[in-house]
Parts: sequence; C-alpha cells; structure tokens
Amino acid sequence: MNAEPMIRLIDVRKRFASQEILKGVNLSIYEGKTTVIVGESGKGKSLILKHILGLIRPDKGKVLVEGNDINKIGRKDLKAIRSKFGVLFQNAALFDSMTVFDNVALPLRERTKASEEEIRKIVNEKLDLMDIEGSNDKYPAQLSGGMRKRVGLARALVLNPKIVFFDEPTTGLDVAKSNEMYRVFFKTQSKLGYTALIVSHDVPKIFKLADYVALLHDGVIQDCLPPEDFQTSENPFIKEFVQKTMGYIYESEQVEG
Amino acid sequence: MILLKYIEKLGDLFLYYVDQAGRMGIFLVNVIINIFKLPYYKISHITKQIYNIGALSIFVIIFTGLFTGMVLGLQGYNTLRKFGSEGLLGSAVALSLIRELGPVLAALMVTGRAGSAICAEIGIMRNSEQIDALECMAIDPHKYILAPKFIAAIISMPLLTAIFDVVGIFGGYIIGVKLLGLNEGSYFSGMYKDVEFQDIYMGFVKSLCFGLIVVWICSGKGYFVHLERKGGFGAEGVSRVTTNAVVLSSVSILVLDYFITSVLI
Ligand SMILES: Nc1ncnc2c1ncn2[C@@H]1O[C@H](COP(=O)(O)OP(=O)(O)O)[C@@H](O)[C@H]1O
Ligand SMILES: [Mg+2]
Repeated sequence: MNAEPMIRLIDVRKRFASQEILKGVNLSIYEGKTTVIVGESGKGKSLILKHILGLIRPDKGKVLVEGNDINKIGRKDLKAIRSKFGVLFQNAALFDSMTVFDNVALPLRERTKASEEEIRKIVNEKLDLMDIEGSNDKYPAQLSGGMRKRVGLARALVLNPKIVFFDEPTTGLDVAKSNEMYRVFFKTQSKLGYTALIVSHDVPKIFKLADYVALLHDGVIQDCLPPEDFQTSENPFIKEFVQKTMGYIYESEQVEG
Repeated sequence: MILLKYIEKLGDLFLYYVDQAGRMGIFLVNVIINIFKLPYYKISHITKQIYNIGALSIFVIIFTGLFTGMVLGLQGYNTLRKFGSEGLLGSAVALSLIRELGPVLAALMVTGRAGSAICAEIGIMRNSEQIDALECMAIDPHKYILAPKFIAAIISMPLLTAIFDVVGIFGGYIIGVKLLGLNEGSYFSGMYKDVEFQDIYMGFVKSLCFGLIVVWICSGKGYFVHLERKGGFGAEGVSRVTTNAVVLSSVSILVLDYFITSVLI
C-alpha cells in the first residue's frame, strides 16, 4: 500500500433528515486492485459509491479521484474523470425506452466516432461475454432481474473503462451464473487491468477475487484489508461479520487450531 | 412558541421556492448553453422529439382549432350583426386567432398533450437513476435528453400555432359563410385588408415564448422531481410533479400572454 491511492475518501459524512448514514468514512482504493465493500443492507454501501461518482455531495469531508476533489472541479474536468468510469448501478439503471442493444451501444454512439458496423461488432461481443445473445431487441422491462444486471455490466464495460464500480453485480443471479460472472470479471480484469470497486454480499466467494475487503459498519469503514488478513482481523465488527457469514469455515479452523 | 414554529415553517417554504426558482434558472441556462455547444446532435434525436411533441399533437390542434374558429364565427356573427357590420367577421375571426387565441390555446393543448408526457418521462428517468447513469457515462443529460426536447418544442410550437390559426379561420368560414350565409368574398377580403405583419409577428413571438415556457417548466419539474418538497419518490412523486408542471405551465402561459401583449401591442 505504498503507491498513491487512485480514489480516497476522507472523513465523508452524510445525513438524511435525522439519520446520519455515513459517519466519517475513510477509504483508499488503489490502481489496478479490486476492492470489495461488504456490510449489511441499507447501511450506505451504495451511498459510498454515489459519493465517489460525484452524484451526491458529502455534508463534510472530501472525495479525491486521482487527486482531484470531485466536488470542487468544474463540469469539464468531472466529465473527463467520469469518462474513465464504468458503472453498474444496484438496479442496473438501464434506459427503459431503449432496446438492450441500444442500451449497450449508447456510450459508443455518444462518446466515440465508431461506425454502426463497428458498434454492432463491439456490442455483440460484450453481450456474448455476458451470455445474453438473442435478447438484442428486447426492452429492459422484458428481462429478468439477473439479465438486466448483465446488460448493465455489458454497458459498463463497453468502453473499456479504467475504473469500474459494480453495485451488487451478482445479486439476483443463480449460482452458476454468478460463478460465470466472476470468471468473466477475472478474465477482463487481468486483460484490461482496471481498478475495481465492488459492493457484494457473496462473501466467501468474493474473497478469491478481492485484493482488499472493506467492511462498512455503523457508518464507518471498519478496516480495509487483504482477504486473508480480513478473515483473521481482531476488529470486533469484522470478526462478527466473518463469523456470521462464513461461520462453519471459521469454526472448523478453530477446532483444528 | 407556536407562532415561532409557524414563522419558521413559512421561512422554510420561502427558501424552498427561492431554491427552486434558482435551480430552474440555472437549468435553463445550462440547457441553452448545451443547445449551442459542439458537437451537434444527430438529426434523428431532434426529429424524434419533433414527432413526439409536434406531429402527435397535430390532431388535437386541428380539432380544437376547428371548434374554436366555429364558435368565434358564431359569436362574432351574432355580435357584429347588432352593429350591422357582419362584413367584418373575417377580420374579427382572423385577428383574434392570430393575435391571441391561436398561440394561447395551442400552447395549452401542447402542455396537456406533450408537456405532461415530457415531465413524466424525465421524472421516471430521474427516479430510476437513468439520469445518474447518463452522468456517470460522461454523457450530459442537458445535451442528450433535454436540448433536443427544447429545440423540438421551439420549432413545433409556431408550426402548431399556424395550423391552429388556419384551421380556425376555416372553421369561422364554415359557420359564417356556409351556415349563416355571409358573402364569401367579404369574409376573406376583410382578412387580407386588416391582418398586418404586426399581428402575425405578435402571434409568432408568443408561440415561441410559450413553446419555451412549456418545455422548460415541464422538463425542469421532471428533472428535479427528487428535490420536491412533498417527496418526489416513486410513481406517486412523478404523478404529483406532472400535475404541478401542467398547472404551473398553463398559468404561466396566461400570465406571460398578458405581458407579451402589453409590450407588443
Ligand atoms: N437520496 C436519499 N434520500 C434519503 N435517504 C437515502 C437516500 N439514499 C440513501 N438513503 C438512505 O441511506 C441508507 C443507505 O442506503 P444504501 O446506500 O442504498 O444502502 P446499501 O448499503 O444497502 O447499499 C438507507 O437507509 C437509505 O434509506
Ligand atoms: Mg445498495
């Protein structure tokens, strides 16, 4: 952890009405690494993502992306930073009046000068990768939740982003599909070397993929550690989380140890 | 204590409206900047919106225009006959349509037909995070979604108004000439004589302003649905904001109409 982090949150606080959701979040995300945020539902994991994306302003604290305070830079610089992003929202946020094909093609059409033919090639390639050929002309409302997620992933990856944000990429997928998703993820990451920030509940599985795991609890990132260290952390909340989510592994180790 | 609370509430409300006005102002400036900013859009973005806002409104406009012209013919004929000047019917119908009723009624119809649709569409995009998704793709929603709608509304409104006027004049003709037996020549020759460039100019300026008002209020209300005071979440939030937008834009049309008339008359 000696290099400058690509993204840094410094003491980020956010309150909605009477409820303080984020109570001073500190988190560093390093280039080329995969950081996974875990934690209970409704505690602000998606909110952290939205702060990094510049969609929500913190009440206090700073969000630095490549050294720039995302809430202080101008529209143009913000756009330049965001053009390196690939984002999958928790609800996929597909454009519901466009077909699957047009959804994935949109970033190419609006941000590049690619010809329709090239676009067709790239889009079909990405959709194949996500295993959803044959749905090109369907509308998002005609897809299942898991399919929507995969279309969202295809759209997030279509411009080969430098930094990807995936909010629960495998929620709503069956086990085989989610394993496949992680394989695809692993493959594309080792090929493209992007920085990734993933929110996930797939606990033991995600540890294989993650370089760092961060637990959000009580409005604070309790700690951000490599998976092995995370599993043996002395932090009481992390300990409890590990015990709860992968109890049997933990206990068997205890018995053996 | 209760009084203090009341004043505090009033202050909150006041701040909310100032905030909203500021937001809408900045929104308008942002969209206008984006209309002129390179790169220009694909023509298909705009034609699609012209189809939605303009072409799909034509039927309503023709229908209401016809009946407005007919009632003007009927009322005008009966009133003018009292003064023995039925011959002025043509100019009376044409002038009231071109200067006043055409732009105003066309704008009200477009508010109901297209304005509400724009507001609901953008409100839903906001609430289902589609606008956030666009921003994260570094695609400016002001440019991609809003600018084409603004351009389409500003192009469509004068054309729809012109259709309304022509159909209305024809409606007056049906009633005045065909039904009540007025002389056909006097209906049209009076019109040629009395309608001046000034009148058409006034109608044109009004229709442009109303086009802008409708699309600005309706899209702005939808765009900021999440910041609504009474909560802008879900389907109910969108439906409430759509109603608000239609009412606000109808009222603004009538108020603005007075001011434009008082300046241009
Ligand atoms: N725009 C908002 N307005 C009010 N409350 C919000 C908003 N966004 C998130 N919250 C609240 O913040 C909390 C965290 O939400 P979220 O980040 O979606 O949780 P999760 O960890 O499941 O992703 C929730 O309790 C939610 O009610
Ligand atoms: Mg979430």
